[in-house]
Amino acid sequence: MNRVRVLVGTRKGAFILTSSAKRKRWDISGPHFAGWEIYHLNGSPADPNRLYASQSTGWFGQLIQRSNDGGKTWEAVDNKFVYDGVPGTHQWYDGTQHPWEFKRVWRLEPSLTDPDTVYAGVEDAALFRSADGGQTWQELPGLRAAKGHLWQPGAGGMCLHTIVLDPSNPKRIFIAISAAGAFRTDDGGQTWRPINHGLKSPYELPDASAEVGHCVHNIAMHPSRPGVLFMQKHWDVMRTDDAGESWREVSGNLPSDFGFPIAVHAHEPNTVYVVPIKSDSEHYPPDGKLRVYRSRTGGNEWEALTNGLPQSDCYVNVLRSALAVDSLDSCGVYFGTTGGQVYASADSGDSWTAIVRDLPAVLSVEVQTLP
Amino acid sequence: MIRVVLPHHLRTLAQAGKEVHLQIEGPTTLGAVLDALEARYPMLRGTIRDHLTQQRRPFIRFFACGQDLSHQPSAASLPDAVTMGTEPFRIVGAMAGG
Repeated sequence: MNRVRVLVGTRKGAFILTSSAKRKRWDISGPHFAGWEIYHLNGSPADPNRLYASQSTGWFGQLIQRSNDGGKTWEAVDNKFVYDGVPGTHQWYDGTQHPWEFKRVWRLEPSLTDPDTVYAGVEDAALFRSADGGQTWQELPGLRAAKGHLWQPGAGGMCLHTIVLDPSNPKRIFIAISAAGAFRTDDGGQTWRPINHGLKSPYELPDASAEVGHCVHNIAMHPSRPGVLFMQKHWDVMRTDDAGESWREVSGNLPSDFGFPIAVHAHEPNTVYVVPIKSDSEHYPPDGKLRVYRSRTGGNEWEALTNGLPQSDCYVNVLRSALAVDSLDSCGVYFGTTGGQVYASADSGDSWTAIVRDLPAVLSVEVQTLP
Repeated sequence: MIRVVLPHHLRTLAQAGKEVHLQIEGPTTLGAVLDALEARYPMLRGTIRDHLTQQRRPFIRFFACGQDLSHQPSAASLPDAVTMGTEPFRIVGAMAGG
């Protein structure tokens, strides 16, 4: 009998929610790391009891925690993220060059095949890898060679927040950085290049089609079709069918094409979910209605999913890492809000229930489907 | 014996009590106390001072005997009362307001 484990990172700790495959009753454990910001926690596809958590505060900096028992117990592993060689500089707000400075880990992405290998996306933007379960971290510096001197922080910081591993090609990785764009490696992380052709940012960039500088918010892939990626950009929902060589807009009839997360249905590669947000100036749902939008056509035609979600006076946000799916036969969809609710749907988004509703602001949601 | 009082979150991280006791070989300097603390509790490395520069993190303060020692150099000697163990060396998370 399958079970589901939902990993929730919040402003004040981590929470782990578990349920049977029916997804009706949920046990909640936490807060783990009470009082700390948990930007992300994630499980290994190769060993679901191996979890990694990014724990930080402004006072005490960054920690990485590791669990070998599905989150019952944790141990602090290495928290030393040192840029390779001379860190170099990137664009600063005033147009000058500014040295790279480590601030925090936004994303932890375990290898698809090895529980001890895990990638960390950090701010200031860079990609690190550990091959020993987090005991040591090494930067993959080739990424910052991909025009890193032209990257500059957006209002949320210059963060590497998205890491997508290609299940068909272990040497191919996609990453995304706020206010820099999307990048791809085809040689296991040694060399990288921007993959932003087709993105247009007329309100944010002097050159709307610049090679780097686009504020990509999130990227999602279905494992059966790794050349097809869906992107929620600052504005615009985008799609590529050639692994990022070119993108086209698929925002279609969305009420707003601004938003943060994007996800793909576990069994339907053309079914995509986004959560429209009113604008970059007003980070809440249009009209005070919390609506997930689903496209069953790979974009362009979108339907609002509202059953069980608040349809008045709702002014929460859903952050970029706070939307995920399970892989049960009837695909479950989950998202967390800055108001502390985690909503779940056991029927691909047709109906929703708050499985917990008074947590601290939710920063991330990941889902594990357990045997 | 040096008595060190940790802030709540670092106490939890180190799985230590409110006060930890350290033996220091040689002069009782600020840096020597932090070195001994991190040697005994390696999980605290990077949480009090930067891994590379060894600079105090901005929102950490060091207090002892009613004095703010936060801006003292690493080689500064701690007050005699701390060295004697009659007063604790306090590591404090700065007030954050709001």
